[in-house]
Amino acid sequence: MKHTPLYQAHIDAGGKMVDFGGWEMPLNYGSQIQEHHQVRNDVGMFDVSHMTTVDFKGAEAKNFLQTLIANDVAKLKDAGKALYSCMLNKTGGVVDDLIVYYQDDEYYRMVINAGTTEKDIAWINAQVEGFDVVVEPKLDLAMIAVQGPNARQKVYEAIPGVEDVAGELKPFNSASLGGLFIARTGYTGEDGFEIMLPEKSAEFTWKMLMGVGVKPCGLGARDTLRLEAGMSLYGSEMNEEISPLEAALTWTVDLTNEDRRFVGRDALETLRDKGANNTVVGLVLEGKGVIRDHQRVVTNNGEGEVTSGTFSPTMNKAIALASVPKGSEGLCEIEMRNKMVSAKIVKPPFVRNGKVLV
Amino acid sequence: MSEVRDDRQYTETHEWILDNGDGTYTMGISDHAQALLGDMVYVELPSEGDEASAEDEFCVVESVKAASGVYAPTDLEVLETNEVLDDEPELVNSSCYDDGWLVKFKSDGIDGLMDAKTYAETLD
Repeated sequence: MKHTPLYQAHIDAGGKMVDFGGWEMPLNYGSQIQEHHQVRNDVGMFDVSHMTTVDFKGAEAKNFLQTLIANDVAKLKDAGKALYSCMLNKTGGVVDDLIVYYQDDEYYRMVINAGTTEKDIAWINAQVEGFDVVVEPKLDLAMIAVQGPNARQKVYEAIPGVEDVAGELKPFNSASLGGLFIARTGYTGEDGFEIMLPEKSAEFTWKMLMGVGVKPCGLGARDTLRLEAGMSLYGSEMNEEISPLEAALTWTVDLTNEDRRFVGRDALETLRDKGANNTVVGLVLEGKGVIRDHQRVVTNNGEGEVTSGTFSPTMNKAIALASVPKGSEGLCEIEMRNKMVSAKIVKPPFVRNGKVLV
Repeated sequence: MSEVRDDRQYTETHEWILDNGDGTYTMGISDHAQALLGDMVYVELPSEGDEASAEDEFCVVESVKAASGVYAPTDLEVLETNEVLDDEPELVNSSCYDDGWLVKFKSDGIDGLMDAKTYAETLD
């Protein structure tokens, strides 16, 4: 299995290691629920070095990304500004979801998922033919996400100089400090930074962060945090057969500029005109139990399926994201272990910045 | 390493059974099982007086990660359930052999259980 530069640090910290798409990663370091609360209430950090950074450089970098992804990078005008989007196949399905960081019109940085990296790079290389762009996967970069209401302050304490370059960063913006790339982004619904850094500095930086009291958190807590925050997970809420219009990700698609013929646009326009059948909603279980992936959902408008189900440590209730027929509302029923259990349909997010919103 | 208590017997599906010596038994899940499942968030228990046949799934323990059935080790009648788990399912993690017990039942006897030493060897 593949290891990140922080593998030994996880073992030293008592990480319970699991196979995560070919990477041996920490599921938790004891209690997933404590780690969840740690991030909601204070600060925690995640090793996300398995994710992949890809740089796009060249005279046609902007043009190329306007073709490759469904959101429009022309929106990005200030250096460091970030944009969430999907790249689509020709049928409008999602090849991957990603974040693009703008440097200048000839230099963009992208972060893609770990499990899809090989497929993504092959896809990107096939699309880039004919463009004056160099695609550079930065496989030697580590990434640490420091998240929680006290995250930024702790990063300033741990890493000298960060406050000077990143102290004024607004959400969804980034800055560089030597070899560090610091973005005010995340996957938890809390404030914080995602820090990309050379793999050689990863363990040292991790220990500096631990030194100021930032606790390591595993992929288990990362999943319950993102689900409470109503954030999609590639492979669960969307995949190559599901378009953004069917996954409550229409906000990540920009059809404004008619001349921007990005990959998948024709299929999306067709789907938009005839109307998508399904969308993704939130569910809150009324009774006891835990909602699990792929459980059947019956709403006022028909049948659907749980795409991500879990127990919300913040709400102390089971919650889920589910793909259901459009127009589903009110109460629905979930088939859990051969019983139909009642749940309320809500609009995600469930929790943001420590507050329950549903 | 997970703890295995000498005073009780074990099943292949990681339940422990304590013979109370009066035809009644107390049952829970082993330390190994609770560690594998992780943080418990819900325990579904049977009702007093319920009967179960050997190998019936008659309780469910659910962690954040997964739901796991708990199986009857023999034909049995439920005498008492640990209702505290309704509010504090985490006791199954913190005290699986004591405060985190699941059910007390009566039965005519149980065959085919492992003693502590044999069970511990299966965990190696």
